[in-house]
Amino acid sequence: MLYFSKLRIVFISILSLLFILIASSNLFKFDDSFFNKKINLGLDLQGGSYLLLEIDNEPVIEQKLQNLTTTFRNFFKDKDIKLSNIKIDNQNIFFYVNEENKQKVIDIFQDENSDINPYYPRFKSHQLEIEDLGLNLKINFSRQGLINLKTSSQDQAIEIVRRRVDEVGTNEPNILKRGNSRILVELPGLDDPTRIKSLLGKTANLTFRFVTQNDEERFGVEKLEYEDGTPSVNVSKRIIISGENLLDAQPKMDTQNNQTIVSFTLDRVGAKRFGKATSTGIGKQLAIVLDGKIISAPVVRDTIASGAGQISGGFTFQSATDLALLLRSGALPAPLEIIEERTVGPDLGQDSINAGMIALTIGFLLVIVFMFVKYRFFGLITNVTLIINLFILLGVLTLFEATLTLPGIAGIILTVGMAVDANVLIFERIKEELKQEKNNILAFDGGYTKSRTAIIDANITTLLAAIILFFMGSGPVKGFAVTLGVGIFTTLFSVYFIARLFTSLYVTKNKHNGKLI
Amino acid sequence: MIAFNKYYNHFNILSSALIIISLFLLIFKGLNFGIDFKGGTLIELRSNETKINVSSLRDKFSQMNLGDISVKKFGSDNDFLIKFENKDNKKNIISDIKVNLDKSFGNNYDFRRVENVGPKVSAELLKSGVIAISLSLAIMLIYIWVRFEWQFSLGAILALFHDVIVTLGVFSLFGLEINLSIIAAVLTIVGYSMNDTVVIFDRVRENLRKYSDIKIFELTNISINETLSRTIITSATTLLALLAIYFFGGEILKGFSLAMILGVVFGTYSSIYIANTVLVRLRVSQKTVLREDDSK
Repeated sequence: MLYFSKLRIVFISILSLLFILIASSNLFKFDDSFFNKKINLGLDLQGGSYLLLEIDNEPVIEQKLQNLTTTFRNFFKDKDIKLSNIKIDNQNIFFYVNEENKQKVIDIFQDENSDINPYYPRFKSHQLEIEDLGLNLKINFSRQGLINLKTSSQDQAIEIVRRRVDEVGTNEPNILKRGNSRILVELPGLDDPTRIKSLLGKTANLTFRFVTQNDEERFGVEKLEYEDGTPSVNVSKRIIISGENLLDAQPKMDTQNNQTIVSFTLDRVGAKRFGKATSTGIGKQLAIVLDGKIISAPVVRDTIASGAGQISGGFTFQSATDLALLLRSGALPAPLEIIEERTVGPDLGQDSINAGMIALTIGFLLVIVFMFVKYRFFGLITNVTLIINLFILLGVLTLFEATLTLPGIAGIILTVGMAVDANVLIFERIKEELKQEKNNILAFDGGYTKSRTAIIDANITTLLAAIILFFMGSGPVKGFAVTLGVGIFTTLFSVYFIARLFTSLYVTKNKHNGKLI
Repeated sequence: MIAFNKYYNHFNILSSALIIISLFLLIFKGLNFGIDFKGGTLIELRSNETKINVSSLRDKFSQMNLGDISVKKFGSDNDFLIKFENKDNKKNIISDIKVNLDKSFGNNYDFRRVENVGPKVSAELLKSGVIAISLSLAIMLIYIWVRFEWQFSLGAILALFHDVIVTLGVFSLFGLEINLSIIAAVLTIVGYSMNDTVVIFDRVRENLRKYSDIKIFELTNISINETLSRTIITSATTLLALLAIYFFGGEILKGFSLAMILGVVFGTYSSIYIANTVLVRLRVSQKTVLREDDSK
């Protein structure tokens, strides 16, 4: 165990130096992209905001089912099958069909090449499930159908979230999917997420619809409230133009009456429809509806054919800016709810870094002094190894551009405390060996060999704990698992290669000097 | 040589008592779950005016109808930690609070940290925390079962349970907060306690093979003594590192390092006085390890 070939010594030295060099790239700037890596600081250290959003898919499902009823009605009408009594209840569609056609309908739904019920061969499942309730037929989304629906609304939502966050212009936001109905937004450096939260909290579903007096209209009517609390009015369900028709929206100052407004331009289709509606609807009130509330309902005075218009509604400059931003970035497919928020101010982050560094330094010094007092020369070897170990650990974290969190720093300090364990096991074993064995070389060799199983067992248990923590833990705690786990490997490397090398050099030189430890 | 085995019975009684008391506390007093597991909102506030203190803050926050509120100092004299239920999960709660505080305190304070955990997330975090701890115990059990004979696994697992339960018992007794980092600490304790036990067990097994005429009662004592200096040194360096975190690592890591310190102390104790006594009570002998060797 004490013999090292020249090649091996060279190899160990190069490897150690390499990691130390990589670790030092956190302090200096290197031109080379391989060396110019840095450990990422977690949000708890650099300050910033962590938001977990959940997509409320219920309205999406309701809407999809609503659309499906129309599709079904038309589809079966063509086949001369009449569906009646169609209603939606609790995410199920119920309808009645006469006995002779019932089996036909069921077969159409269960056909793998069905036109109205897509089949996913990969999951061996249809989008919709049909069930015969005797009197009625029941249709609902299958498990796979729901997953598909959620995934696609998540895909849309994450895109819109990204646009909105980018528009606000925070530095290097991190936007990730979580499961199939959640989105994680990490905003480094942002200490007040109020604005982003309010922007993400809005669906931004914009429609232009006529205010109507009569309750009966072909498309239906609904009673909508004004944003500012003015009594509600009847608004037609017929949508003239919607947010999808917008090309651009900007906040502006209306010079005539000194009001802040949002001016918008429409795409070709939108401009055409808007022009037509404004020409036929002169004198009528056109309601501008955002997320089910009327912002304003100006009276149409002129035909607007240019495809440009403006929205006024008692905006402040800030609210006009935000509305324009929301309109530019598009509507979310479903409302988002912020179900978890963690925000750390930059000064607290810096305080945490400082405290962590002080604790690391003090912990390190305490351990070093303790080891030196206990083992003298071999304590010195352990300490030098410990320092190299620390650098290698930082090097590995840098190489993988791992995220360092406050618990992560705690993990490093803990590694310092536990890293000496392997060396202690070895040294204590050597001491025991020396009680019977006069030959230093043989005693040291025996110490290394016989302590090996205990060391490996001991480290595997800690490693197992770290692995579980890595997979089950979240955010900052994950950072702890990373440093603890990586620390085990760097510790074993430094104990078995670096410390053993030093020990070997020392023992071979002083083998005749009596008991060495 | 220290006669640890003289006190096996005494400490077994003590440990049993500790476990029963801890379980009693856990069942009847329960744990003080932080917002990670209970849901709610946490604000760390720093003031630069003397008018802002625990009682004035409590007054202000009570007026805002936020459900259960706790206000306490956090480390230094002008840092405060405010926690409340936020039952309805109100959307703009933080800006509402700011507006409200501005009225009485002006601009003399600063939110250093804001955490808001909804009920759904907190329930999930609690579940995954419990799973993580159970899983780690199960994996340790499997690992030690593969590595050692079943008598050893039983001893090690009992020692683990003891450490986890008693540490949580202390947290319950003093009403210390359980949050995500405490779960991390408990898992690390599981690893550490195992580590400590395994080192002694390794020696017990080695000695069992070496000596056929020494009874397990004596043999465990010999093994404990042979590994004693290692046990002491490693516990000492780990504790030194943890004490450094506890005293200098800032308020956020206090609970974590305290749990770890308790765990290291209990872990060291249980490796000696629980893990080994199980071997004695199960009358482990040379046959136990030799039989296993034959079958391998």
